[in-house]
Amino acid sequence: MAGPSSVSLPQSASAVATAPVAGLGISFEKIDKRFGSLIALRGVSLNIAAGEFVALLGHNGAGKTTLLRIAALLMSPTAGRVRFNGLGSAESPKSATGMVGHSTLLYDELTAEENLSLFAKLYGVREIPDRVAQALADCGLASRAGSIVRNFSRGMRQRLAIARALLHGPRLLLLDEPAAGLDRQGAAWFAETLARLRSSGTTILMSTHARNESLDLATRAISLSAGRIEHDSGPDGDPRPVLAALRAEA
Amino acid sequence: MKYRIAGSAFAAALIIFAGYLALYVAPVDIRQGQIYRIFYFHISAWVSTFIAFGIVFLSNIAYLATRGQRWDSLGASAAEVGVACCSIGLITGPLWGKPVWGIWWTWDARLTTTFIMWLLYISYLMLRGLMEDPRRRASLSAVFGIFAFLDVPLVYMSNRLFPTQHPGPVFFGGPDSGVDPRMVHVLLVCMLAILLVMIPVLVDRYRIEVMQGEVEELRQEIELRSLDSQSRPAKEVL
Amino acid sequence: MSTARAAAILLGKELRLEFRTRELLNATVVFAIVVVVLFSFAFNPTPDESRHYGPGLLWIAFLFSGSLMLHPSFAREQSNDTLDALRMAPVSAFAILLGKMLANFIFLALAEVVLVPVFAVLYNVSLAGIVGRLVLVLALGSIGIIVTGTVFSAISAHARMRELLLPLLMLPILAPLLIAAVEATSALFARQPYLDQTWVAFLAGFDVVFLTASWLLCDFLMEE
Repeated sequence: MAGPSSVSLPQSASAVATAPVAGLGISFEKIDKRFGSLIALRGVSLNIAAGEFVALLGHNGAGKTTLLRIAALLMSPTAGRVRFNGLGSAESPKSATGMVGHSTLLYDELTAEENLSLFAKLYGVREIPDRVAQALADCGLASRAGSIVRNFSRGMRQRLAIARALLHGPRLLLLDEPAAGLDRQGAAWFAETLARLRSSGTTILMSTHARNESLDLATRAISLSAGRIEHDSGPDGDPRPVLAALRAEA
Repeated sequence: MKYRIAGSAFAAALIIFAGYLALYVAPVDIRQGQIYRIFYFHISAWVSTFIAFGIVFLSNIAYLATRGQRWDSLGASAAEVGVACCSIGLITGPLWGKPVWGIWWTWDARLTTTFIMWLLYISYLMLRGLMEDPRRRASLSAVFGIFAFLDVPLVYMSNRLFPTQHPGPVFFGGPDSGVDPRMVHVLLVCMLAILLVMIPVLVDRYRIEVMQGEVEELRQEIELRSLDSQSRPAKEVL
Repeated sequence: MSTARAAAILLGKELRLEFRTRELLNATVVFAIVVVVLFSFAFNPTPDESRHYGPGLLWIAFLFSGSLMLHPSFAREQSNDTLDALRMAPVSAFAILLGKMLANFIFLALAEVVLVPVFAVLYNVSLAGIVGRLVLVLALGSIGIIVTGTVFSAISAHARMRELLLPLLMLPILAPLLIAAVEATSALFARQPYLDQTWVAFLAGFDVVFLTASWLLCDFLMEE
């Protein structure tokens, strides 16, 4: 169920999204994070092996978003460190990581195609026009490729945000409430995409505080409360009891 | 405690002594007569200002290098003290200038650039006042503080390049400058006196900053404990 | 990805964004023209007075319209948290800063290209024979404005009262640049125009100092 703990990297980290991409492992070692008078994370230690699909649960304010942002290297912990396992020699964590955050991370005044092209260039993706066209077709936005994002509906923006995160074929996917705002078509596409990524071995860390069909795919469930890990079904355990607890509360 | 009293008494006595020296003992200036005597405090205020701003600069670098919150507190305290000393300098300057040259103020290069420096450090303090998150406030104001300090030699250079109304540099200027050695002695005493006042003020201000940080940390501890126990709200504990 | 390449990509993005909305450019150019025209109304300077006060006015117009333009530079990356998207990408912090600096330089340069001829016409100042040297002085001065302004835009984006704070931070720092630029420009507007090498060297020195400082400190600007 869980992937191998160290993986040799395929030569191009920017391989086409549909080809199998082996996952990246990530470890959090005694992470503390304080924001002035607010303590967001306390002593969080966690080892996630390549290929795991971790559901990160907890109420708002439990620290899920903070943990994901630390994993994305957007902020550094006040104490402790993050380690990435299985990186290739020329690969950096950032180039192998993709994230869907609370905000869309898109430029409203650029078109869908321009947004994706920009990030494709920044991530060193090859054959950009083809890849971008493919990504837009996948998420059902091909007909709106030339419209600026400001004119998109909420559902369309979320789909584009997800497409942006997947564009460079990340080996580690960080998802913060990714299904929020998705329309029905988008939700179906997203569930199917996640299933595909899971079976191809991408490591996925998904945070949510609400019930979500994709949780069924999870191989592990971890719940956070007040900045600490409350329950962890473990890399080889059964995530369903922890997930059930979430359902009971919701 | 008794050291503080003794120290304060000594500093006070030294200031009075310095004042006496400046007003009565120091020789009369050839060109300016008695009026020039304010220069002893004017220059001393400037020396303190530069020392204070030097401390700000070093604290900023130290903070960015080590992330020690104490350095941030020291920088903020030194900036406040520096602005105070700078204000003294900016006030004593015109008081000296009016009788000697007939004008309160002019936009000559040295005055202008010193006024700019005063503005820079007030901006520094304002910037700090407008940011809440302590960590971000510390690192961003440190970056600004470094820029501000780098500006100072540029400001001084633009003074030297610019023809000016201000008396030329007395100590390192060309021919026709230089001071009577007795004046130097009095000047040194005055500078020492001002420094002996400035340093304790700085230390006290720094201590207050640090204590504020500690109070904040204690508050967090209390909030945490109350969160953990979950039986009593934080307000009750405080 | 090398810093230069990343900065070029980001420059492309900034230019594309700006030319689509044109809000900054319009504001900058219009504001600068208004300042120059108003002054002409109010004082109606003679050619000699123009030569005397013109450089100061010109640089003040650039400084103020520059700070108008620079404020949104980082502030608008806060909508949709696009700055996070850039920081997550495998590009250096300096590349992000440099991309913005290059874009801002181009915008300010465009405003200057419009403004200087307008100024020359309104104030009867001849630009014949000094264009090349004037471009040098304008470029060096503008680099200083842009480098400090972009850095302070990043700083003030996290503070309250940002619109007021940015000029408050920028203008004192730029005082020596203002002096140098005005003096160098005055030398070029004199009856016997000449390139004052001291002031030009000073401008170059200013630019080098602050560009180096930006490079050394950029990581602290972008972190969270």
